[in-house]
Amino acid sequence: MSVIYLMLPFALLLGLGFTVAFVWMTAHGQYDDLETPAYRLLLNDEPVDGPARKGRDA
Amino acid sequence: MTSETATGPVETYRYDDAIAKKFLLATVFWGLIAMLVGVTIASQLGNWRLNFGIPWLTFGRLRPLHTNAAIFAFAGNAIFAGIYYSTQRLLKARMFSDALSAFHFWGWQAIIVIGAITLCMGFTVGKEYAELEWPLDIAITVVWTAFAVNFFGTLIRRRERHLYVAIWFYIATIITVAILHVVNSVSIPVSLWKSYPVYAGVQDALIQWWYGHNAVAFVLTTPFLGLMYYFLPKAANRPVYSYRLSIIHFWSLVFIYIWAGPHHLLYTALPEWAQTLGMIFSVMLLAPSWGGMINGLLTLRGAWDRVRTDPILKFLVAGVTFYGMATFEGPLLSIKSVNLLGHYTDWIISHVHGGALGWNGFITFGMIYWLAPRLWKTELYSVRLATAHFWAGFLGIVLYMSSMYVSGITQGLMWRAIDPTTGRLAYPDFIETVVRIVPLYWVRATGGVLFLSGVTMMIVNLWLTIARAPKEVKEEVYAAPSLRPLTPEALIVADRRPHRMLEGLPMVFTVLSAIAVLVGSLIEIVPSFLAHDYVEANPIRASGDRAIKPYTALELQGRDIYVREGCYTCHSQMVRPTEAETLRYGTYSRAEESIYDRPFQWGSKRTGPDLARVGGKYPDLWHFRHMLDPRAVVPGSIMPPYPWLVRDELDLSLSERKLRIMRTLGVPYSAEEVAAAEPSARQQAREVAARLEVEGAPQGLQDKEIVALIAYLQRLGRDLRQGVAR
Ligand code: HEC
Repeated sequence: MSVIYLMLPFALLLGLGFTVAFVWMTAHGQYDDLETPAYRLLLNDEPVDGPARKGRDA
Repeated sequence: MTSETATGPVETYRYDDAIAKKFLLATVFWGLIAMLVGVTIASQLGNWRLNFGIPWLTFGRLRPLHTNAAIFAFAGNAIFAGIYYSTQRLLKARMFSDALSAFHFWGWQAIIVIGAITLCMGFTVGKEYAELEWPLDIAITVVWTAFAVNFFGTLIRRRERHLYVAIWFYIATIITVAILHVVNSVSIPVSLWKSYPVYAGVQDALIQWWYGHNAVAFVLTTPFLGLMYYFLPKAANRPVYSYRLSIIHFWSLVFIYIWAGPHHLLYTALPEWAQTLGMIFSVMLLAPSWGGMINGLLTLRGAWDRVRTDPILKFLVAGVTFYGMATFEGPLLSIKSVNLLGHYTDWIISHVHGGALGWNGFITFGMIYWLAPRLWKTELYSVRLATAHFWAGFLGIVLYMSSMYVSGITQGLMWRAIDPTTGRLAYPDFIETVVRIVPLYWVRATGGVLFLSGVTMMIVNLWLTIARAPKEVKEEVYAAPSLRPLTPEALIVADRRPHRMLEGLPMVFTVLSAIAVLVGSLIEIVPSFLAHDYVEANPIRASGDRAIKPYTALELQGRDIYVREGCYTCHSQMVRPTEAETLRYGTYSRAEESIYDRPFQWGSKRTGPDLARVGGKYPDLWHFRHMLDPRAVVPGSIMPPYPWLVRDELDLSLSERKLRIMRTLGVPYSAEEVAAAEPSARQQAREVAARLEVEGAPQGLQDKEIVALIAYLQRLGRDLRQGVAR
């Protein structure tokens, strides 16, 4: 199982890269727009070709 | 907000709801089938007569049908229904291609139908949740690719720049499942419905459980989390509690899940370090999973009163809670000492059904009750009936899980109990530990019937709902500005935040998750290419030859019968290194013992005893009588009878081909052995039949399947026993 000495550092390095990328992305500009997407989900498209359907959020 | 940066003209579009309807109906249909088969096999464990002595109705063949139907037909179609509905709305675009959608739907249903038939016929690879034979594996790859193209095409044509977190979960699902399926299914065909995996023994085990665990992760977890992040806020009409948490949830899950597979192989012949790695990552999984659960539950803040009256919210909330339970129990069971008790017992069965019935089932039902009235543009026929469904289902799960906990822990403790005064096993006869839990099998079956009755209520409710829906519904037209031109430069100018950039570039994200998956895979798969590590461990006898010999042509045929009949659904072939197990079964199993095993048959459940060392334990005649009628030699046994093995002709026409394929895969058969495969198998069959006859069995068994199976069983575990000199 000697190949583990080659694999582990390699994998850990890549894993570390991911963590850094993730932390970096979270740390950059996440605070101001982390609310909107959650609310936008709740908005319903209104059909443009007729009366909006009543009381149904689809 | 993002629409401010959109530059294109306003476009109109329609949603394809017909495809979501189709998948929804398929979900209900296959759910019914999967659960009917589930109740059937649950009852077979209570009463062996329900196997009826008919090959395609026996437990070993129906159990793979049940698991595959539950995972790929019921949960699979549910995922597709939810994805096709929500993706179009989240992206403000119709699916990329109606033709691909239709191909996906009909292709998937065809695979399920052919899969069900072939599994009943005994055409199986013999690896759990990957049982379908190679033609179907190819079909799955094609249909899945069509789905991926359809999905990513929609992504590119979208009119909403921001990718809501649910979409990310879908992306991870599509990519990871494709990789897992392809890597695990690599095999060499022997005939149209028989193939041998390229991996053998411990390598096969590692790949299989890397796949198996991630089938749970990326078929039963990530897509359902995507559905949760869409349908739960929609149904509650509340924004998700924390969008930030959902992003963390996503990243940490994809990052950690892929490493946890070896927890299915604790205390086996898998190298220790891989076991420890799997255990550590499994325990780590608790954090993101619970983060996700809490996020889902807190979404209902301020709406809890509605859970009392709204069956949809009941289903979704209970579903998320079951997710929390299952993801607590999973890491717990991955701790080696807990695993030692729980593994191979019904505790695991309880665990998976908490996930499958509670999490996948309830999220699906909640989604269906929410979707059906919207898709068919009407009201749900009866809210009270839906509420009754919830309680029937809930009670069913409680009965199911509690009985299987008790059964699993009881049996686990009985297996390991050692009398301190004598140092012997307290329950040396395995059958004692079986009859003790049979009553619990009936409690479990009752729970299953209750759950199924809930589904029947849903079918009635849906039927009546659809019956009163307007017959003709035209597709409504919507309008949104186009995002074109969508170039990376435009995005960077529009928004400098890197995370936004990532969302705007799905392909980048795709590549990232692909790498995440590959890294995890690499470390677990590369050892598999180190076959010589194990071959070298193959002990050398005093006479100078290797201790572990390849199977003879007849034994190989017997092994294929063992795989065909699904004996692995009840029997393990892996003695763990503990005192109780070595006392009961003999020396613990070693990796090198299965170097020629394609597929590996270590198993995951001991409804019957481990068979790794059964060779030589009984005379041939014992096996003959046992296979014909297990109760003739072991009163109280719940093993099904296999009368057709004594009836059916032994077909050795493929033996030469089988040995030739094994030889190309590295099994040390000589050219002469390959050429003489059939005659030498016939010769050995005559020897076994002659021995049987001397012991008192009927004449003329040499060309019946039973002799091959007995030859295989008598071979199990013998090689290491014969005088090894290192
Ligand atoms: C429904 C679960 C089930 C299936 C499927 C099943 N068995 Fe069994 N098997 C048992 C149980 C329970 C026992 C213990 C009682 C007994 O010996 O009959 C057992 C015992 C055995 C034993 C005796 C082991 C010992 O050490 O005493 C052998 C051999 C065996 N089974 C072979 C097979 C083979 C071969 C198949 C597939 C053709 C098979 N079993 C399928 C449940 C099952």
